[in-house]
Amino acid sequence: MLAERRGRARIIAGGTDLVLQSQQGKIQATTLVDITRIPGLDFIEEREGYIYLGAQVTHAQIAASPLIRAKGDVLAMACGSVGGPQIRNMGTLVGNVVNALPAADGAVALFALDAETEVASLSARRWLPIAEVYQNVGVCVVDPSAEMITALRFPALQPRHKGAFQRLAPRRSLALPILNTAVVVGVQEGRFTEARIAIGPVAPTPFRAKEAEDVLIGQCVGGAVIKRAAELAAAAAQPRDSVLRGSKEYRKALVEVLVRRALAEAAGLWPRTSGGK
Amino acid sequence: MPELRMRVNGKEVTVEVEPDDLLAYVLRDKLELIGTKIGCGEGECGACTVLVDGQSVTSCIYPALKAQGRDVTTIEGLRRNEELHVIQQAFIDCAASQCGYCTPGMIMSAKALLDANPNPSREEIEAGISGNLCRCTGYYQIVEAIHLAAQRLAERGEEGSHGS
Repeated sequence: MLAERRGRARIIAGGTDLVLQSQQGKIQATTLVDITRIPGLDFIEEREGYIYLGAQVTHAQIAASPLIRAKGDVLAMACGSVGGPQIRNMGTLVGNVVNALPAADGAVALFALDAETEVASLSARRWLPIAEVYQNVGVCVVDPSAEMITALRFPALQPRHKGAFQRLAPRRSLALPILNTAVVVGVQEGRFTEARIAIGPVAPTPFRAKEAEDVLIGQCVGGAVIKRAAELAAAAAQPRDSVLRGSKEYRKALVEVLVRRALAEAAGLWPRTSGGK
Repeated sequence: MPELRMRVNGKEVTVEVEPDDLLAYVLRDKLELIGTKIGCGEGECGACTVLVDGQSVTSCIYPALKAQGRDVTTIEGLRRNEELHVIQQAFIDCAASQCGYCTPGMIMSAKALLDANPNPSREEIEAGISGNLCRCTGYYQIVEAIHLAAQRLAERGEEGSHGS
């Protein structure tokens, strides 16, 4: 159908963003192709060390999935904090990626999990790293009038890995985040062996704080090195002044607080709060 | 116009809709089920909550044609003959409604919650209605009402009659 109506049709899944964009006249398409009843796109499964998620999987299904909770807990926490229950029942994680907003909780977790997306066009399928899919605010490399993301995958977390998700918003639900951060750390023999720190929305796309990650590697788990990493993350983050989200100075200061809390929580130095919902 | 066939409150209905019609408007304007309220029109306030195949959705942003062949339950579908549903009665008994505009959506979210989790904690009740805004009550009586409804449903269950 996309090929038949080239450029005039696009894909709809949950529609929680698309319906509003359509009402605001922001959508060129005259035909919407609903993919939520195509068989075989609703899987959450583990294969060869990866967790795979199909394009129809909703935020609610991810938040409740025992597999995701066991091997990608940071994603379950993030998806459980999106919108409210009704939005989580409707909205898909893949749809969230295609909308490419840097504040999206699930997307920030996917960055911390080093996720990849399977992009299918009429002629081919290819796997792209999540960071390559995000081009700018609301701009995804995938053209929903000609292609679709059919699946996501990320390396299943091992017992040495711990994740944490922290979010600050004006209310506990139905509110976009002022800031959010997802971290995954690997700890062996008391030292950080891996660290991935993703932060949103402090740049046009979800942001990985590489310098902060590097400073952790090889170091003994402790408050001082976590504080140093959080400071580096805040230094690297470039939030904008925002009427909705506060001044850039305020939000930069908050990056340090949230990253510190998330790392401390993942490292077991801070009581777990992010799995609350 | 495309034809939408679905079950609404247990009855098969067929209705002609525009491709971009949203479920809340079809329910209210074409099926005259005006218990479902439209608050924000953006899926943010939860007043329009209905159940589709048992899952709560905000019907004001739910494309009507997505309900093709599905089972839709609105607030009108809860009453059995002249008897209010246990959750409805509990809302009355706890004075959980002031202006009443959020109430149908709140009760549908409570129904979805109790169907999935018949014995929720206070935190689970709060999470269950976290997609519904109320500007009057301060939520306290609403949480109490859902708690009371859960207790009454459990008592009924023990007596061997039907829960919901």
